[in-house]
Amino acid sequence: MADRPTQAEPPPLARGPLAWARRHLFNTWYNAILTLGALYLIALGLKAAINWMIVNAVWTGSGADCHASMGEGACWALIAEKHRFILFGTYPYEEQWRPALAIGLFVVAAGLSTWRRLWSRALIASWFALLMVLALLLHGGVLGMSVVRTELWGGLPLTILLSVVGIGLSLPLAILLALGRRSSMPLIRAVSVGYIELVRGVPLISILFMASVMFPLFLPEGLTIDKLLRAQVGIILFSAAYLAEVVRGGLQAIPAGQYEAADALGLGYWRKMRLVILPQALKFVIPPLVNSFIATFKDTSLVIIIGLYDLLGAARTATNDPVWRAFTTEGYIFVAAIFFVFCSFMSRYSRRLERGTGERRSP
Amino acid sequence: MRTFTIGIIAGLVAMMAIFGSARAGTTLDTVRAHDMLTCGVNTGLAGFAQPDSKGVWTGLDVDTCKAVAAALLGSPDKTKFVPLNAQQRFPALQSGEIDLLTRNTTWTLPRDSSAGFNFAPVTYYDGQGFMAKKALNLKSAKELSGATICVQQGTTTELNLADYFRANKLELKPLVFVELAEAEQAFFADRCDAYTTDASGLASTRAAKAGSPDDYMILPERISKEPLAPVVRHGDDAFFDIVKWVVYALIEAEERGITQANVDEMKASQDPNIMRLLGTTPGMGEALGLDPEWAVRAIKAVGNYGEIFARNVGAGSPLKLERGLNALWTNGGLMYAMPIR
Repeated sequence: MADRPTQAEPPPLARGPLAWARRHLFNTWYNAILTLGALYLIALGLKAAINWMIVNAVWTGSGADCHASMGEGACWALIAEKHRFILFGTYPYEEQWRPALAIGLFVVAAGLSTWRRLWSRALIASWFALLMVLALLLHGGVLGMSVVRTELWGGLPLTILLSVVGIGLSLPLAILLALGRRSSMPLIRAVSVGYIELVRGVPLISILFMASVMFPLFLPEGLTIDKLLRAQVGIILFSAAYLAEVVRGGLQAIPAGQYEAADALGLGYWRKMRLVILPQALKFVIPPLVNSFIATFKDTSLVIIIGLYDLLGAARTATNDPVWRAFTTEGYIFVAAIFFVFCSFMSRYSRRLERGTGERRSP
Repeated sequence: MRTFTIGIIAGLVAMMAIFGSARAGTTLDTVRAHDMLTCGVNTGLAGFAQPDSKGVWTGLDVDTCKAVAAALLGSPDKTKFVPLNAQQRFPALQSGEIDLLTRNTTWTLPRDSSAGFNFAPVTYYDGQGFMAKKALNLKSAKELSGATICVQQGTTTELNLADYFRANKLELKPLVFVELAEAEQAFFADRCDAYTTDASGLASTRAAKAGSPDDYMILPERISKEPLAPVVRHGDDAFFDIVKWVVYALIEAEERGITQANVDEMKASQDPNIMRLLGTTPGMGEALGLDPEWAVRAIKAVGNYGEIFARNVGAGSPLKLERGLNALWTNGGLMYAMPIR
């Protein structure tokens, strides 16, 4: 029998998760100590969090029940008591099925719209129709529904309305501004640059403030414009300036050859942009666009400074109630969870969108 | 681009037509034409204006507005509340967005004159005070020399504190916080000996955030004057008169023992003061341009001043504020209605 070298079995800990842990977490004595220390701290933190959030939490009852276990457990009874105010603000209590239905319809529509096979011009038209229906549903005055004035709108529907309309209308405006900034006509270029730089130079909070505090003073006697509308226009104008620069980034990434090719085909300016340049440019800038969308979504919570109760503002107002004042943290956690769901949906969807359209352009 | 701009302008104009509402003539005409009284209130201040769990506005300021609506328009439900922050409140009143400002607003000279507003009678006398642990055995704020005091930064509260300590030659050791909530937390964590803000705020903080509220006391001194009153625009005398006398009527009702519950029986009273107030002897309502039942409706809607106080900030509320300066003049307070005759 030939004396063949036998291949040794790998040591039992060379593969698998244990081996990975040994290689990365316990490779030296001080790393081992650090790992154990970190694990201990994580365990402590988790235990405290679980105890606070679940084990010792007060799920139902009154403010007094919560006060009894103050500092030991979360007071989810706050959410049980106040969730309708946080979600719908000062919208009349008996009519709150309307904003609830509106949110439901919106979520279903948004879900369906992610399905590429439904993408068409009809989809855009049906979104406009849907927004009209939702606005009617909230406003009432038809089909026997009572009129609910816009000052009473609040909570999640307000946040969604401000951000969806804000995003939806600011994008076309942004495209026009971006094209304007790259235009060869000096006047249009100057107007676009002036607008973008002016708006980017001031914080959103001051735009909202001017829209709500100063603007009415300039109006002729006897004319007032709805506060919600003023805030909405402010958000659109603000977000458009930022999006315009994002779109311009995309436009600059298109090589000159594309423009020349489109010219050679005899396309006019608008058709050149619509058919050749913009589809490519917008595709490049999906990540920063979605970034801006998410920022806009979260920025809408600034409308509290002009006295509109968006989701965050409503939560803050709800915990102003003396009975529940000690439990603001719980209110914030509830709102944070809702914001997280919406924002993470947007970012996940944008990743899918990039994969779907993201064949790299070859030079 | 130009068509686009024109489109935007056309759209805005159309929106104005839809959402805008015309305000012509006096506030009184507008309120009557809309059959609705629009009041500016705080965005959320417990006891004064705060939406409850069902989104219904409650509070002392809210009740003042409802009383005016009941007297003027016949129903406390003909009210619309616009939440406003401190900076927005005056422009909102100035521009006609609201008819009446009932937003815990301090009556000061510039506001009452050059700013173009008129103040109706005070509905709540507030003032800055101190809260300290009972265990410290303090009798007066003058014993606070050298004590650490938690205070919010950049407010008149901070300035008043410095003024008071300088005037009384006390040694000031402030511990300053950007957020009110932080200052409160620091106080209850024993990082300072006393905490200062408006007295109504002290009481609500104690009720809401103290582990055991009985361990803390509010010192008797009030180091600033904060008379909170409803505000109307200059040049609206008829409306101003109505607001003013509705507030007086509520105070007078408490003095005469007329409550939300007994107002109808009181109409049978033979006391000439009550008969004038409730319109059994006509003349008063007519003088204001209202009907004789104006005060009856206001009292029925929200109760007399004492009831409003108890329900929102006093014994019947979580704030449990004492009447103090807000007691009737007959009980040593400042609430004094001008004669209704």
